[in-house]
Amino acid sequence: MLKIKRVPTVVSNYQKDEAADESVGCGRNCLGACCINGARLPLYACKNLEKSREKIVVSHEAEEPPVAFLESLVLGEWEDRFQRGLFRYDVTACETKVIPGKYGFVAQLNEGRHLKKRPTEFRVDKVLQSFDGSKFNFTKVGQEELLFQFEAGEDGQVQFFPCMPLDPENSFSVVAINVSPIEYGHVLLIPRVLDCLPQRIDHKSLLLAVHMAAEAANPYFRLGYNSLGAFATINHLHFQAYYLAMPFPLERAPTKKMITTVSGVKISELLNYPVRSLLFEGGSSMQDLSDTVSDACVCLQNNNIPFNILIADCGRQIFVMPQCYAEKQALGEVSPEVLETQVNPAVWEISGHMVLKRKEDYEGASEENAWRLLAEASLSEERFKEVNTLIFEAIGCSDQEEDLEGTIVHQQIPNGGVNQKSNRIHGGPITNGTASECIVLQ
Amino acid sequence: MSLAEESSVVSVFTEEEEESLNRRYTLWIKEALDELPHNFTITDPFLSGHPIVFASLGFLKMTGYSRAEVIGRNGKFFQGPKTNRRSIMEIREAIREERSVQVSLLNYRKSGSPFWMLFHMIPVFGRDDGKVINFVAVQVPISGRDHHRKLTSVGDDVSSLDHSEFVFGSCRREVCFGNFVQHRALPVECDDDEQGLEDWEYCEASESEKLRAVEAINNVLSVLTRYSELSGRLVCGKRYCLRGVDCLSSSLVISLGRIKQSFVLTNPCIPDMPIIYASDAFLTLTGYKRHEVLGQNCRFLSGVDTDSSVLYEMKECILKGQSCTVQILNYSNRKDKSTFWNLLHISPVRNASGKTAYFVGVQVEASCRNTESKELRPETKQLSVVGAVRVAVRSSFMVTC
Repeated sequence: MLKIKRVPTVVSNYQKDEAADESVGCGRNCLGACCINGARLPLYACKNLEKSREKIVVSHEAEEPPVAFLESLVLGEWEDRFQRGLFRYDVTACETKVIPGKYGFVAQLNEGRHLKKRPTEFRVDKVLQSFDGSKFNFTKVGQEELLFQFEAGEDGQVQFFPCMPLDPENSFSVVAINVSPIEYGHVLLIPRVLDCLPQRIDHKSLLLAVHMAAEAANPYFRLGYNSLGAFATINHLHFQAYYLAMPFPLERAPTKKMITTVSGVKISELLNYPVRSLLFEGGSSMQDLSDTVSDACVCLQNNNIPFNILIADCGRQIFVMPQCYAEKQALGEVSPEVLETQVNPAVWEISGHMVLKRKEDYEGASEENAWRLLAEASLSEERFKEVNTLIFEAIGCSDQEEDLEGTIVHQQIPNGGVNQKSNRIHGGPITNGTASECIVLQ
Repeated sequence: MSLAEESSVVSVFTEEEEESLNRRYTLWIKEALDELPHNFTITDPFLSGHPIVFASLGFLKMTGYSRAEVIGRNGKFFQGPKTNRRSIMEIREAIREERSVQVSLLNYRKSGSPFWMLFHMIPVFGRDDGKVINFVAVQVPISGRDHHRKLTSVGDDVSSLDHSEFVFGSCRREVCFGNFVQHRALPVECDDDEQGLEDWEYCEASESEKLRAVEAINNVLSVLTRYSELSGRLVCGKRYCLRGVDCLSSSLVISLGRIKQSFVLTNPCIPDMPIIYASDAFLTLTGYKRHEVLGQNCRFLSGVDTDSSVLYEMKECILKGQSCTVQILNYSNRKDKSTFWNLLHISPVRNASGKTAYFVGVQVEASCRNTESKELRPETKQLSVVGAVRVAVRSSFMVTC
């Protein structure tokens, strides 16, 4: 069993030390049965991507689109919580700069984000772990930290209800604030919060996240995901999102196309970037794109490979970054200078946004340092190739499509995950999940 | 994909867009620009939506639109579903960083048919203040028959792409393997070749096409320079001085232009805290023109019956660097010179250094506060302006050099 010690990021004001008393009586206005009666939140039902797609294709995208409805909702509610003092610090008071160099890594000096607390142990050798209700999860956040409900609508049009009751019978998804924001507007998307899904990708949830990116209609609003073992703090399914009005270095990296799926999804690998990653784009529909990425992620999960996801360009581009930093750290293989910065390469760091807690790291931030840190997280070229082969098989896209001998090929199933055990695991995962862990619950 | 059936494209430009060039370059500028043979557009980043304020006759011919259909549009208007996302990002970043860019781009004509062109864009700076006055973009059509990369479909041998950078496009009925195929040598049946070019991943321009783009840019720039001399407000292709402290970057202005509500930015570091940005909606609400409000303190909106204790409360908040919301009686310059109750929210806004750079003031006319069920709460809407301004200001100073 591999573990590392780190101080978890506090994303909610109700998140406490593991050791602390979790059975504080309510009156905290949480999402549990004790408090949910009568709770109301705005509900944003975004337009059905398929139904509205025709309109997008036919009419030209007109002027610089005005601040979209979702953007107004996110920013307006966020500013409200900001002025009410719900965040642990004012992130806009944190100095930030673009590091000179080819890629434009963004560095931020944020001494307040990481607590000076006793680190907690995190198990980093299992990407799939069961939900544990005794640990902090998003049913325990205060309702004031919730901004609105978000769902994928049925209509070709957006539907908004300023004050919709929260119905525990009707599985709802919420957008909440991250009380330790990386940037202004940093929120969490928690699909079907009361279903208490563990941190793992499933088709429906990823599609919801892609919907949100598309709905925000702003290429500077991205969604990110950290798997367990890739620096997710909380084992309760959630995505993160925030605004940064410039491209991430990850988005700037040149790409080389590898393959195109039957549904037209183009998969490329990034060239000349410290973390070897894949870029998924295209597809005959956004659902095709999202489902292909889900298939790939389910494959990574089943093979116990930690990874991060970045949903960019309004949902048109999805990056998948497999990584092994935590494993290296647990085995003592990360260089001391890199460890000292205490920067964990999660999705935002890998994308190129580095939050630094020590002034000397911020002052001395350079593209070389950032590169060196991120390179520690990357899979080796050889391992990356192996992982790609696994992924291509899983999405039904192997080189030898006709040759089925000795290979288990799985159909692409649009709405479900499949328990896939590839017979080509190379020297790879540290422990194999048990069969029951690997089943993706829908 | 034909757009002929689509509802007619109406002209959308405003008076400001129509007059934009005249103001800087005199009334003769459009005539002079019309004498150039090139395809080009000129945009004004200081107008909301960063619209096109001039399109050459060559450009109109190339795209099939009339002038009225193009003026007022943002350049994105000519992009479409198969336009390369990375190229779009490169252009967006060049605008944000106020520098030039040259990239091959797939655009769409009015008829809906796509075409490849070499897009070359430069900023034009005011000589005195170093502000970006316009962006000039030249479009040189490229045939790319010899130099393009086609998207492969499933089943293609991917490894063949590793060896050569360029793969030849295929006509629908004839596939041309092997050698570069000359224009003339293409079989006559290949006249629907254009249908394939949407799927080209990239289309490299030839050296001569690149030179033509540079030549065109230089010609347009020299016309603009010459006429700016006449008006006494010189422009040039290089930035000659650092932007003044109170001078907003064009990228910040573009970002602020996305916000449709009434608001102003004031600079608390300059004596008397003048307005340095006013949204179009603010001008409509108050009835003033932009040049009348920029550089002024907001007190011109107050009048005889404005409650001075409210003004005092605001002043206190500003000194303490705090937000506040007040209801204040304002005097408009609208035709009826009416007064209105302004539910005003002010808040300090920090830039990338972490220090307060501006104050934002968001005005909501009290009588207009509708609580329609389908809309955001008025408070949320008002605060969203503050949020959008925060994101814009914080990001605008983080421009790479």
